[in-house]
Amino acid sequence: MILTEFKPAEELLKKLEEDKKIFIIGCGGCPEGANTGGKEVLADIKEKLEKEGKTITGIIEIDFLCQKALIRSRIKPRMDEIKNADSVLIFSCGLGVQATSAVLDKVCHPALNTITFGGITGMWQGTERCDTCGDCILDYTGGICPYTACPKKLENGACAGQSNGKCETDKERDCGWELIYNNLKRIGRLDILNKFIPPRDYSKILPSATLRKTRLWALDEEEVV
Amino acid sequence: METVEKSKFEKTLEEGKFAVTCEIGPPKGAGIEEIREAAEELRDIADGINVTDLQSSVMRLGSLVTCHLLKDWGLDPIFQVTCRDRNRLILQSDLLSAYVMGIRNILALTGDYTTTGDHPQAEPVFDLDSVQLLWAIKNLEEGKDLAGKELTQKPSFFKGAVVNPGADTEASYELQIIKMKKKIDQGAQFFQTQAIFDAEVFKRFMERIHNENMNVPVLAGIILLKSEKMANYMNKFVPGVFVPETLVKKMEGTQDKVSMCIEIASGLIEEVKKYCAGVHIQALGWEKHVSAVVKNLK
Repeated sequence: MILTEFKPAEELLKKLEEDKKIFIIGCGGCPEGANTGGKEVLADIKEKLEKEGKTITGIIEIDFLCQKALIRSRIKPRMDEIKNADSVLIFSCGLGVQATSAVLDKVCHPALNTITFGGITGMWQGTERCDTCGDCILDYTGGICPYTACPKKLENGACAGQSNGKCETDKERDCGWELIYNNLKRIGRLDILNKFIPPRDYSKILPSATLRKTRLWALDEEEVV
Repeated sequence: METVEKSKFEKTLEEGKFAVTCEIGPPKGAGIEEIREAAEELRDIADGINVTDLQSSVMRLGSLVTCHLLKDWGLDPIFQVTCRDRNRLILQSDLLSAYVMGIRNILALTGDYTTTGDHPQAEPVFDLDSVQLLWAIKNLEEGKDLAGKELTQKPSFFKGAVVNPGADTEASYELQIIKMKKKIDQGAQFFQTQAIFDAEVFKRFMERIHNENMNVPVLAGIILLKSEKMANYMNKFVPGVFVPETLVKKMEGTQDKVSMCIEIASGLIEEVKKYCAGVHIQALGWEKHVSAVVKNLK
Protein backbone atom coordinates (compact mmCIF):
# COMPACT_ATOMS: atom_id res chain seq x y z
CA MET A 1 0.00 0.00 0.00
CA ILE A 2 1.14 3.54 -0.74
CA LEU A 3 1.56 5.38 2.53
CA THR A 4 0.61 9.03 2.93
CA GLU A 5 0.25 11.41 5.87
CA PHE A 6 -1.59 14.71 6.35
CA LYS A 7 0.29 17.89 5.65
CA PRO A 8 0.40 20.02 8.81
CA ALA A 9 -2.81 22.13 9.04
CA GLU A 10 -0.79 25.35 8.99
CA GLU A 11 0.95 24.41 5.71
CA LEU A 12 -2.35 23.40 4.13
CA LEU A 13 -4.08 26.66 5.07
CA LYS A 14 -1.14 28.61 3.68
CA LYS A 15 -1.49 26.78 0.38
CA LEU A 16 -5.17 27.68 0.30
CA GLU A 17 -4.86 31.25 1.58
CA GLU A 18 -5.65 32.89 -1.78
CA ASP A 19 -8.51 30.51 -2.60
CA LYS A 20 -12.05 30.99 -1.26
CA LYS A 21 -13.91 28.18 -3.04
CA ILE A 22 -12.47 24.70 -3.02
CA PHE A 23 -13.44 21.39 -4.61
CA ILE A 24 -12.21 18.27 -2.80
CA ILE A 25 -11.15 15.04 -4.48
CA GLY A 26 -10.23 11.95 -2.48
CA CYS A 27 -8.66 8.74 -3.72
CA GLY A 28 -10.65 5.69 -2.71
CA GLY A 29 -7.59 3.48 -2.71
CA CYS A 30 -4.52 3.67 -0.51
CA PRO A 31 -5.45 6.79 1.53
CA GLU A 32 -8.52 4.98 2.92
CA GLY A 33 -6.28 2.21 4.22
CA ALA A 34 -3.81 4.69 5.68
CA ASN A 35 -6.60 6.73 7.31
CA THR A 36 -5.65 9.77 5.23
CA GLY A 37 -8.75 9.52 3.06
CA GLY A 38 -12.25 8.09 2.96
CA LYS A 39 -15.67 9.66 3.47
CA GLU A 40 -15.17 10.55 7.14
CA VAL A 41 -11.83 12.22 6.59
CA LEU A 42 -13.21 14.24 3.66
CA ALA A 43 -16.32 15.27 5.63
CA ASP A 44 -14.11 16.30 8.54
CA ILE A 45 -11.83 18.42 6.33
CA LYS A 46 -14.89 20.07 4.75
CA GLU A 47 -16.10 21.12 8.18
CA LYS A 48 -12.66 22.41 9.20
CA LEU A 49 -12.22 24.43 6.00
CA GLU A 50 -15.73 25.90 6.32
CA LYS A 51 -14.81 27.06 9.82
CA GLU A 52 -11.84 28.86 8.19
CA GLY A 53 -14.30 30.69 5.96
CA LYS A 54 -13.88 28.55 2.84
CA THR A 55 -16.73 27.38 0.63
CA ILE A 56 -16.57 23.75 -0.46
CA THR A 57 -18.14 23.54 -3.91
CA GLY A 58 -18.21 19.74 -3.87
CA ILE A 59 -16.56 16.52 -2.75
CA ILE A 60 -15.93 13.40 -4.80
CA GLU A 61 -14.21 10.16 -4.00
CA ILE A 62 -12.71 8.30 -6.97
CA ASP A 63 -11.26 4.80 -6.79
CA PHE A 64 -7.64 5.09 -7.81
CA LEU A 65 -6.68 8.65 -8.69
CA CYS A 66 -3.67 7.30 -10.60
CA GLN A 67 -5.98 6.38 -13.52
CA LYS A 68 -6.59 9.40 -15.75
CA ALA A 69 -9.36 7.81 -17.84
CA LEU A 70 -11.25 6.95 -14.66
CA ILE A 71 -10.81 10.49 -13.30
CA ARG A 72 -12.13 11.97 -16.57
CA SER A 73 -15.27 9.84 -16.55
CA ARG A 74 -16.02 10.38 -12.85
CA ILE A 75 -15.61 14.16 -12.81
CA LYS A 76 -17.64 14.73 -15.98
CA PRO A 77 -20.99 15.13 -14.15
CA ARG A 78 -19.29 17.32 -11.51
CA MET A 79 -17.58 19.83 -13.81
CA ASP A 80 -19.80 22.74 -12.74
CA GLU A 81 -18.71 22.34 -9.12
CA ILE A 82 -15.07 22.13 -10.19
CA LYS A 83 -15.36 25.14 -12.55
CA ASN A 84 -16.93 27.09 -9.71
CA ALA A 85 -13.92 26.46 -7.42
CA ASP A 86 -10.73 28.52 -7.18
CA SER A 87 -8.68 25.38 -6.72
CA VAL A 88 -8.88 21.67 -6.03
CA LEU A 89 -7.66 19.90 -2.90
CA ILE A 90 -6.48 16.34 -3.44
CA PHE A 91 -6.29 13.52 -0.91
CA SER A 92 -4.01 11.01 -2.63
CA CYS A 93 -0.38 10.12 -3.15
CA GLY A 94 1.80 12.19 -5.47
CA LEU A 95 0.76 10.08 -8.45
CA GLY A 96 -2.90 10.96 -7.93
CA VAL A 97 -2.12 14.68 -7.64
CA GLN A 98 -0.11 14.52 -10.87
CA ALA A 99 -2.74 12.51 -12.77
CA THR A 100 -5.54 14.83 -11.60
CA SER A 101 -3.51 17.93 -12.49
CA ALA A 102 -3.05 16.58 -15.99
CA VAL A 103 -6.81 16.20 -16.40
CA LEU A 104 -8.18 19.37 -14.74
CA ASP A 105 -7.58 23.01 -15.62
CA LYS A 106 -7.28 24.12 -11.98
CA VAL A 107 -4.41 24.24 -9.51
CA CYS A 108 -4.46 20.94 -7.57
CA HIS A 109 -3.13 21.28 -4.02
CA PRO A 110 -1.76 18.12 -2.41
CA ALA A 111 -3.34 17.67 1.04
CA LEU A 112 -1.00 14.80 1.86
CA ASN A 113 2.69 14.01 1.82
CA THR A 114 3.66 10.69 0.26
CA ILE A 115 6.09 8.74 2.42
CA THR A 116 6.61 5.37 0.81
CA PHE A 117 5.33 3.02 -1.87
CA GLY A 118 4.93 -0.23 0.03
CA GLY A 119 5.85 -2.40 -2.92
CA ILE A 120 3.56 -0.86 -5.55
CA THR A 121 3.66 2.29 -7.65
CA GLY A 122 -0.02 3.08 -7.98
CA MET A 123 -2.86 0.77 -8.93
CA TRP A 124 -2.59 2.00 -12.49
CA GLN A 125 0.85 2.48 -14.03
CA GLY A 126 0.85 5.85 -15.81
CA THR A 127 3.61 8.24 -16.88
CA GLU A 128 3.57 9.98 -13.49
CA ARG A 129 6.34 9.23 -10.98
CA CYS A 130 6.40 10.15 -7.29
CA ASP A 131 9.64 10.44 -5.31
CA THR A 132 7.90 9.74 -1.94
CA CYS A 133 9.82 12.75 -0.57
CA GLY A 134 7.30 13.59 2.15
CA ASP A 135 7.39 17.30 1.15
CA CYS A 136 4.92 17.61 -1.75
CA ILE A 137 4.94 20.90 -3.73
CA LEU A 138 2.99 19.74 -6.81
CA ASP A 139 0.62 22.73 -6.66
CA TYR A 140 3.60 25.06 -7.29
CA THR A 141 4.80 23.10 -10.30
CA GLY A 142 1.69 22.58 -12.41
CA GLY A 143 1.09 19.08 -11.05
CA ILE A 144 4.37 17.81 -12.51
CA CYS A 145 6.92 16.58 -10.01
CA PRO A 146 10.21 18.57 -10.27
CA TYR A 147 12.00 15.80 -8.37
CA THR A 148 11.15 13.04 -10.83
CA ALA A 149 10.67 15.07 -14.04
CA CYS A 150 13.96 17.04 -13.71
CA PRO A 151 17.22 15.12 -13.13
CA LYS A 152 18.65 18.12 -11.26
CA LYS A 153 15.53 18.31 -9.07
CA LEU A 154 15.31 22.05 -9.71
CA GLU A 155 12.55 23.84 -7.82
CA ASN A 156 12.79 27.40 -9.12
CA GLY A 157 12.87 26.94 -12.88
CA ALA A 158 14.79 25.30 -15.71
CA CYS A 159 18.56 25.26 -16.05
CA ALA A 160 20.19 26.59 -19.22
CA GLY A 161 21.07 23.12 -20.46
CA GLN A 162 17.83 22.34 -22.30
CA SER A 163 17.72 22.33 -26.09
CA ASN A 164 14.51 22.37 -28.14
CA GLY A 165 12.58 21.45 -25.01
CA LYS A 166 14.72 18.39 -24.33
CA CYS A 167 16.92 17.65 -21.31
CA GLU A 168 20.72 18.00 -21.35
CA THR A 169 21.00 14.47 -19.94
CA ASP A 170 19.09 12.84 -22.81
CA LYS A 171 18.01 14.44 -26.08
CA GLU A 172 14.89 12.28 -26.20
CA ARG A 173 13.77 13.20 -22.70
CA ASP A 174 11.41 16.17 -22.24
CA CYS A 175 12.75 18.98 -20.06
CA GLY A 176 10.62 18.68 -16.89
CA TRP A 177 10.38 22.46 -16.61
CA GLU A 178 9.18 22.73 -20.19
CA LEU A 179 6.28 20.47 -19.13
CA ILE A 180 5.71 22.45 -15.94
CA TYR A 181 5.61 25.75 -17.85
CA ASN A 182 3.27 24.38 -20.51
CA ASN A 183 0.82 22.93 -17.97
CA LEU A 184 0.70 26.12 -15.91
CA LYS A 185 0.16 28.05 -19.16
CA ARG A 186 -2.67 25.68 -20.09
CA ILE A 187 -4.51 26.45 -16.83
CA GLY A 188 -3.69 30.17 -17.03
CA ARG A 189 -1.58 30.20 -13.88
CA LEU A 190 1.96 31.13 -14.97
CA ASP A 191 1.93 33.63 -12.06
CA ILE A 192 2.69 30.70 -9.73
CA LEU A 193 6.19 30.47 -11.24
CA ASN A 194 7.16 33.79 -9.65
CA LYS A 195 7.00 32.22 -6.20
CA PHE A 196 10.37 31.46 -4.57
CA ILE A 197 10.46 27.82 -3.48
CA PRO A 198 12.79 27.28 -0.51
CA PRO A 199 15.00 24.17 -0.39
CA ARG A 200 13.26 20.85 0.16
CA ASP A 201 13.28 19.37 3.67
CA TYR A 202 15.15 16.09 3.25
CA SER A 203 14.54 15.09 6.87
CA LYS A 204 10.91 14.37 5.88
CA ILE A 205 12.09 11.42 3.78
CA LEU A 206 12.88 9.47 6.95
CA PRO A 207 9.86 7.56 8.24
CA SER A 208 9.23 7.94 11.97
CA ALA A 209 10.01 5.12 14.41
CA THR A 210 6.31 4.94 15.36
CA LEU A 211 5.29 4.50 11.76
CA ARG A 212 7.90 1.80 11.13
CA LYS A 213 6.37 -0.29 13.91
CA THR A 214 2.95 -0.41 12.24
CA ARG A 215 1.41 -2.64 9.58
CA LEU A 216 1.07 0.49 7.44
CA TRP A 217 4.84 0.36 7.05
CA ALA A 218 5.28 -3.39 6.66
CA LEU A 219 2.73 -6.14 6.88
CA ASP A 220 4.98 -8.30 9.05
CA GLU A 221 5.23 -5.64 11.79
CA GLU A 222 2.92 -5.69 14.78
CA GLU A 223 0.44 -2.85 15.21
CA VAL A 224 1.44 -0.52 18.05
CA VAL A 225 -1.58 0.36 20.12
CA MET B 1 31.22 47.86 12.34
CA GLU B 2 33.95 46.89 9.94
CA THR B 3 33.43 47.97 6.34
CA VAL B 4 34.35 45.45 3.72
CA GLU B 5 36.54 46.62 0.84
CA LYS B 6 34.78 46.21 -2.50
CA SER B 7 36.40 44.06 -5.17
CA LYS B 8 38.06 45.56 -8.24
CA PHE B 9 35.37 43.96 -10.39
CA GLU B 10 32.53 45.42 -8.30
CA LYS B 11 34.11 48.89 -8.39
CA THR B 12 34.48 48.70 -12.19
CA LEU B 13 30.77 48.04 -12.62
CA GLU B 14 29.80 50.56 -9.96
CA GLU B 15 31.78 53.29 -11.73
CA GLY B 16 29.94 52.44 -14.93
CA LYS B 17 33.10 51.40 -16.76
CA PHE B 18 32.83 48.69 -19.39
CA ALA B 19 33.93 45.54 -17.58
CA VAL B 20 35.93 42.64 -19.00
CA THR B 21 35.92 39.34 -17.18
CA CYS B 22 37.80 36.28 -18.33
CA GLU B 23 37.91 32.71 -17.20
CA ILE B 24 40.44 30.26 -15.90
CA GLY B 25 39.75 26.54 -15.82
CA PRO B 26 41.74 24.75 -13.10
CA PRO B 27 43.94 21.89 -14.34
CA LYS B 28 43.29 18.18 -14.11
CA GLY B 29 46.10 17.46 -11.71
CA ALA B 30 48.34 19.21 -9.25
CA GLY B 31 50.42 21.28 -11.70
CA ILE B 32 49.56 24.98 -11.67
CA GLU B 33 52.06 26.36 -14.21
CA GLU B 34 49.48 26.67 -16.98
CA ILE B 35 47.00 28.64 -14.93
CA ARG B 36 49.81 30.85 -13.67
CA GLU B 37 50.71 31.67 -17.30
CA ALA B 38 47.05 32.23 -18.23
CA ALA B 39 46.67 34.54 -15.23
CA GLU B 40 49.67 36.60 -16.38
CA GLU B 41 48.18 36.93 -19.88
CA LEU B 42 44.98 38.28 -18.35
CA ARG B 43 46.47 40.48 -15.62
CA ASP B 44 46.17 43.81 -17.45
CA ILE B 45 43.04 42.92 -19.40
CA ALA B 46 40.53 41.46 -16.94
CA ASP B 47 38.65 43.31 -14.21
CA GLY B 48 37.74 39.96 -12.73
CA ILE B 49 38.63 36.35 -13.47
CA ASN B 50 36.05 33.58 -13.18
CA VAL B 51 37.37 30.30 -11.88
CA THR B 52 35.25 27.41 -13.10
CA ASP B 53 33.98 24.80 -10.65
CA LEU B 54 34.69 21.33 -12.08
CA GLN B 55 33.60 22.67 -15.46
CA SER B 56 31.56 20.26 -17.61
CA SER B 57 31.42 17.90 -14.61
CA VAL B 58 35.07 16.95 -15.12
CA MET B 59 37.16 16.27 -11.99
CA ARG B 60 39.88 18.92 -11.59
CA LEU B 61 41.67 21.12 -9.09
CA GLY B 62 39.13 23.01 -6.99
CA SER B 63 37.70 26.41 -7.78
CA LEU B 64 38.07 27.75 -4.23
CA VAL B 65 41.79 27.05 -3.93
CA THR B 66 42.42 28.38 -7.46
CA CYS B 67 40.62 31.60 -6.50
CA HIS B 68 42.93 31.79 -3.49
CA LEU B 69 45.97 31.44 -5.77
CA LEU B 70 44.71 34.20 -8.08
CA LYS B 71 44.18 36.43 -5.06
CA ASP B 72 47.77 35.72 -3.96
CA TRP B 73 48.97 36.64 -7.44
CA GLY B 74 47.20 40.00 -7.16
CA LEU B 75 44.20 39.28 -9.40
CA ASP B 76 40.50 39.58 -8.58
CA PRO B 77 38.86 36.12 -8.74
CA ILE B 78 35.17 35.36 -9.27
CA PHE B 79 34.43 32.14 -7.39
CA GLN B 80 32.09 29.95 -9.46
CA VAL B 81 30.01 27.78 -7.16
CA THR B 82 27.80 25.03 -8.56
CA CYS B 83 25.20 22.96 -6.72
CA ARG B 84 26.14 19.69 -8.43
CA ASP B 85 28.75 18.40 -5.97
CA ARG B 86 27.96 20.02 -2.64
CA ASN B 87 25.02 19.89 -0.25
CA ARG B 88 23.86 22.95 1.69
CA LEU B 89 26.31 22.32 4.57
CA ILE B 90 29.46 22.47 2.45
CA LEU B 91 28.10 25.20 0.15
CA GLN B 92 27.67 27.53 3.12
CA SER B 93 31.00 26.43 4.59
CA ASP B 94 32.88 27.04 1.30
CA LEU B 95 31.32 30.50 1.07
CA LEU B 96 32.60 31.35 4.55
CA SER B 97 36.02 29.95 3.60
CA ALA B 98 36.05 32.13 0.48
CA TYR B 99 35.24 35.24 2.49
CA VAL B 100 37.96 34.51 5.03
CA MET B 101 40.47 34.19 2.18
CA GLY B 102 39.46 37.61 0.83
CA ILE B 103 37.42 36.29 -2.11
CA ARG B 104 34.47 38.63 -2.65
CA ASN B 105 32.94 37.81 -6.04
CA ILE B 106 30.67 34.79 -6.27
CA LEU B 107 28.95 33.35 -9.33
CA ALA B 108 26.09 31.07 -8.26
CA LEU B 109 25.32 28.26 -10.71
CA THR B 110 23.27 25.08 -10.91
CA GLY B 111 26.03 23.12 -12.67
CA ASP B 112 25.98 20.67 -15.56
CA TYR B 113 24.57 17.22 -14.86
CA THR B 114 27.09 14.58 -13.72
CA THR B 115 26.61 12.32 -16.76
CA THR B 116 27.90 15.07 -19.10
CA GLY B 117 31.40 14.75 -17.60
CA ASP B 118 34.18 12.23 -16.99
CA HIS B 119 32.70 10.67 -13.85
CA PRO B 120 29.20 9.79 -15.10
CA GLN B 121 28.82 7.30 -12.23
CA ALA B 122 29.01 10.05 -9.56
CA GLU B 123 26.00 10.87 -7.42
CA PRO B 124 24.47 14.20 -8.50
CA VAL B 125 23.80 16.33 -5.41
CA PHE B 126 21.68 19.37 -6.41
CA ASP B 127 20.53 19.84 -2.79
CA LEU B 128 19.95 23.54 -3.59
CA ASP B 129 19.26 25.17 -6.95
CA SER B 130 20.98 28.38 -8.07
CA VAL B 131 18.15 30.61 -6.78
CA GLN B 132 18.25 28.90 -3.39
CA LEU B 133 22.06 29.23 -3.35
CA LEU B 134 21.70 33.02 -3.75
CA TRP B 135 19.13 32.92 -0.94
CA ALA B 136 21.65 31.03 1.23
CA ILE B 137 24.29 33.71 0.52
CA LYS B 138 21.79 36.41 1.46
CA ASN B 139 21.13 34.60 4.74
CA LEU B 140 24.86 34.37 5.50
CA GLU B 141 25.25 38.09 4.78
CA GLU B 142 22.46 38.76 7.25
CA GLY B 143 24.39 36.77 9.86
CA LYS B 144 22.38 33.53 9.77
CA ASP B 145 22.87 30.14 8.19
CA LEU B 146 20.09 28.15 6.51
CA ALA B 147 19.20 26.53 9.84
CA GLY B 148 18.64 30.01 11.29
CA LYS B 149 21.71 29.77 13.52
CA GLU B 150 23.70 32.95 14.16
CA LEU B 151 27.16 33.46 12.71
CA THR B 152 30.02 34.96 14.76
CA GLN B 153 30.76 37.38 11.93
CA LYS B 154 28.84 38.19 8.76
CA PRO B 155 30.53 37.72 5.39
CA SER B 156 29.82 40.05 2.48
CA PHE B 157 29.96 39.22 -1.22
CA PHE B 158 29.44 40.63 -4.69
CA LYS B 159 26.99 38.09 -6.05
CA GLY B 160 26.33 37.13 -9.62
CA ALA B 161 24.40 34.58 -11.60
CA VAL B 162 24.00 33.31 -15.13
CA VAL B 163 21.24 33.66 -17.70
CA ASN B 164 20.84 32.22 -21.21
CA PRO B 165 19.62 34.83 -23.72
CA GLY B 166 19.41 32.18 -26.45
CA ALA B 167 16.91 29.74 -24.92
CA ASP B 168 15.15 28.23 -27.92
CA THR B 169 11.55 27.44 -26.91
CA GLU B 170 8.86 29.74 -25.54
CA ALA B 171 8.86 27.86 -22.22
CA SER B 172 12.64 27.87 -21.78
CA TYR B 173 12.94 31.55 -22.78
CA GLU B 174 10.19 32.68 -20.41
CA LEU B 175 11.63 30.48 -17.65
CA GLN B 176 15.03 32.17 -18.14
CA ILE B 177 13.33 35.57 -17.63
CA ILE B 178 11.34 34.35 -14.60
CA LYS B 179 14.39 32.72 -13.04
CA MET B 180 16.50 35.84 -13.65
CA LYS B 181 13.89 37.87 -11.76
CA LYS B 182 13.95 35.36 -8.90
CA LYS B 183 17.76 35.56 -8.81
CA ILE B 184 17.61 39.36 -8.57
CA ASP B 185 15.02 39.07 -5.79
CA GLN B 186 17.42 36.78 -3.93
CA GLY B 187 20.29 39.23 -4.24
CA ALA B 188 22.04 38.74 -7.61
CA GLN B 189 23.96 41.96 -8.38
CA PHE B 190 25.38 41.09 -11.79
CA PHE B 191 24.80 38.55 -14.57
CA GLN B 192 27.09 36.82 -17.01
CA THR B 193 25.34 35.23 -19.97
CA GLN B 194 25.82 31.86 -21.60
CA ALA B 195 27.97 32.22 -24.70
CA ILE B 196 26.27 34.23 -27.43
CA PHE B 197 27.07 34.10 -31.15
CA ASP B 198 24.15 36.13 -32.49
CA ALA B 199 24.11 39.86 -31.62
CA GLU B 200 20.43 40.19 -32.60
CA VAL B 201 19.38 37.50 -30.12
CA PHE B 202 21.32 39.28 -27.38
CA LYS B 203 19.89 42.67 -28.28
CA ARG B 204 16.31 41.36 -28.12
CA PHE B 205 17.02 39.76 -24.76
CA MET B 206 18.43 42.99 -23.31
CA GLU B 207 15.39 44.95 -24.54
CA ARG B 208 13.12 42.42 -22.88
CA ILE B 209 14.84 42.59 -19.48
CA HIS B 210 14.84 46.40 -19.58
CA ASN B 211 11.12 46.32 -20.30
CA GLU B 212 10.75 44.07 -17.26
CA ASN B 213 12.69 46.63 -15.16
CA MET B 214 15.56 44.31 -14.47
CA ASN B 215 18.29 46.90 -14.27
CA VAL B 216 21.31 44.85 -13.20
CA PRO B 217 24.65 44.87 -15.02
CA VAL B 218 24.81 42.12 -17.65
CA LEU B 219 28.09 40.87 -19.12
CA ALA B 220 27.69 39.24 -22.53
CA GLY B 221 29.31 35.80 -22.74
CA ILE B 222 31.84 35.45 -25.57
CA ILE B 223 33.59 32.15 -26.36
CA LEU B 224 36.73 32.30 -28.47
CA LEU B 225 35.93 30.01 -31.37
CA LYS B 226 39.15 28.16 -32.22
CA SER B 227 38.02 25.99 -35.12
CA GLU B 228 35.00 24.58 -36.93
CA LYS B 229 35.68 21.33 -35.07
CA MET B 230 35.24 23.07 -31.74
CA ALA B 231 32.02 24.71 -32.96
CA ASN B 232 30.58 21.37 -34.05
CA TYR B 233 31.64 19.77 -30.79
CA MET B 234 29.95 22.49 -28.72
CA ASN B 235 26.78 22.23 -30.79
CA LYS B 236 26.68 18.53 -30.16
CA PHE B 237 27.84 18.19 -26.57
CA VAL B 238 27.83 21.50 -24.65
CA PRO B 239 24.44 22.14 -23.03
CA GLY B 240 22.93 25.54 -23.84
CA VAL B 241 25.50 26.62 -26.47
CA PHE B 242 24.63 27.04 -30.15
CA VAL B 243 27.07 28.20 -32.86
CA PRO B 244 25.30 29.33 -36.06
CA GLU B 245 26.21 27.64 -39.34
CA THR B 246 27.53 30.93 -40.82
CA LEU B 247 30.30 31.06 -38.21
CA VAL B 248 31.13 27.39 -38.68
CA LYS B 249 31.50 28.10 -42.45
CA LYS B 250 33.72 31.14 -41.80
CA MET B 251 36.03 28.98 -39.69
CA GLU B 252 36.06 26.21 -42.29
CA GLY B 253 36.99 28.68 -45.01
CA THR B 254 40.21 29.97 -43.48
CA GLN B 255 43.70 28.66 -42.77
CA ASP B 256 44.39 31.42 -40.25
CA LYS B 257 42.15 30.28 -37.41
CA VAL B 258 43.59 32.75 -34.91
CA SER B 259 42.85 35.84 -37.01
CA MET B 260 39.34 34.58 -37.79
CA CYS B 261 38.73 33.85 -34.10
CA ILE B 262 39.77 37.39 -33.16
CA GLU B 263 37.70 38.87 -36.00
CA ILE B 264 34.55 36.98 -34.97
CA ALA B 265 34.89 37.71 -31.24
CA SER B 266 35.81 41.39 -31.54
CA GLY B 267 33.11 41.90 -34.18
CA LEU B 268 30.51 40.41 -31.86
CA ILE B 269 31.70 42.57 -28.95
CA GLU B 270 31.51 45.67 -31.16
CA GLU B 271 27.87 44.84 -31.96
CA VAL B 272 26.72 44.09 -28.42
CA LYS B 273 28.73 46.54 -26.33
CA LYS B 274 26.16 49.32 -26.35
CA TYR B 275 23.57 47.02 -24.82
CA CYS B 276 25.57 45.60 -21.91
CA ALA B 277 27.77 46.50 -18.95
CA GLY B 278 30.67 44.35 -20.08
CA VAL B 279 31.78 41.12 -21.64
CA HIS B 280 32.76 37.78 -20.19
CA ILE B 281 35.36 36.10 -22.40
CA GLN B 282 35.95 32.37 -22.26
CA ALA B 283 39.32 31.88 -23.98
CA LEU B 284 39.60 28.14 -23.26
CA GLY B 285 43.40 28.05 -23.58
CA TRP B 286 43.76 30.99 -25.97
CA GLU B 287 44.30 33.54 -23.19
CA LYS B 288 47.18 35.08 -25.14
CA HIS B 289 44.73 36.23 -27.84
CA VAL B 290 42.28 37.97 -25.48
CA SER B 291 44.24 41.25 -25.59
CA ALA B 292 43.72 41.44 -29.37
CA VAL B 293 40.01 40.77 -28.94
CA VAL B 294 39.47 43.58 -26.44
CA LYS B 295 42.02 46.09 -27.76
CA ASN B 296 39.33 48.52 -28.93
CA LEU B 297 37.70 48.52 -25.48
CA LYS B 298 40.55 49.53 -23.20
